[in-house]
Amino acid sequence: MQSETKSRVDQLTTPAGHAVAVLRFEGDIASTSKDAVLGTYQSLPKPATKLVLLDFTKVDYINSSGIALVIQLLIEASNASQKVYAFGLSAHFTKVFTMVGITKYAELFPNEQAALAAL
Amino acid sequence: MSGPKTPTVEVRLPSRLGFEKVAMSTAAAVAKLMGFREDRIEDLKTAVAEACINAIEHGNRLNEKLSVGVVLSAGEDALEVKVIDDGKGMKTQPVKPDIDRKMHGEEDPRGMGMFLIQALVDEAEWVAGSNGKSSYVRLVIRLDKETD
Repeated sequence: MQSETKSRVDQLTTPAGHAVAVLRFEGDIASTSKDAVLGTYQSLPKPATKLVLLDFTKVDYINSSGIALVIQLLIEASNASQKVYAFGLSAHFTKVFTMVGITKYAELFPNEQAALAAL
Repeated sequence: MSGPKTPTVEVRLPSRLGFEKVAMSTAAAVAKLMGFREDRIEDLKTAVAEACINAIEHGNRLNEKLSVGVVLSAGEDALEVKVIDDGKGMKTQPVKPDIDRKMHGEEDPRGMGMFLIQALVDEAEWVAGSNGKSSYVRLVIRLDKETD
């Protein structure tokens, strides 16, 4: 019943010349999204990836289990000395991410252009 | 003489994850009819979804022979939502998540549902049913928030 979460990775270079792995999600982010969220993150080449950008532009629904997966990703990224950023969240989920404290560990940007310009 | 009857909508969900979205959509439709602002409807959707997920997972323990009842009562200035399951009720009260403790492995990354419910609506109470059954969470979201 829960819609499948799709994910893919784009390797981009920021205007400042830094390599960034962009994880693009599509669909719901819920308890069934472990492979799409953590699996996709874990497939990134660790030594080469210093910046990770999460794209939520095509995500309509995130529940508390989905938020927990994002936090698990942040924990793994922190342990690997990677920095995580995100963009494309709706105003509502920007509020929710702020309420649970995620913004302390992952800066949010309104869109991809703003995120890449800041990195 | 009694006043007009409060319009009520009832939904019965199977205890399967994903079906919370049916209750979420229904609550959003009722709130829209009542004239709630879009951002409050989003708050309500998340609160109702989390209440249903708790009922499915913890109340009915994913037993598909049991269903989750959702009763929406559209009052003049507030929408009340009751989410009813066959569990014994929540023993704990909502706790504000501590992101630092979660990041350091001292707190489970999960377990934010009750906090989100309480933070996003005007009233939330968890009521244990008699005989250890028919427990419910009651949420109230007020229409006067529109003029904030």
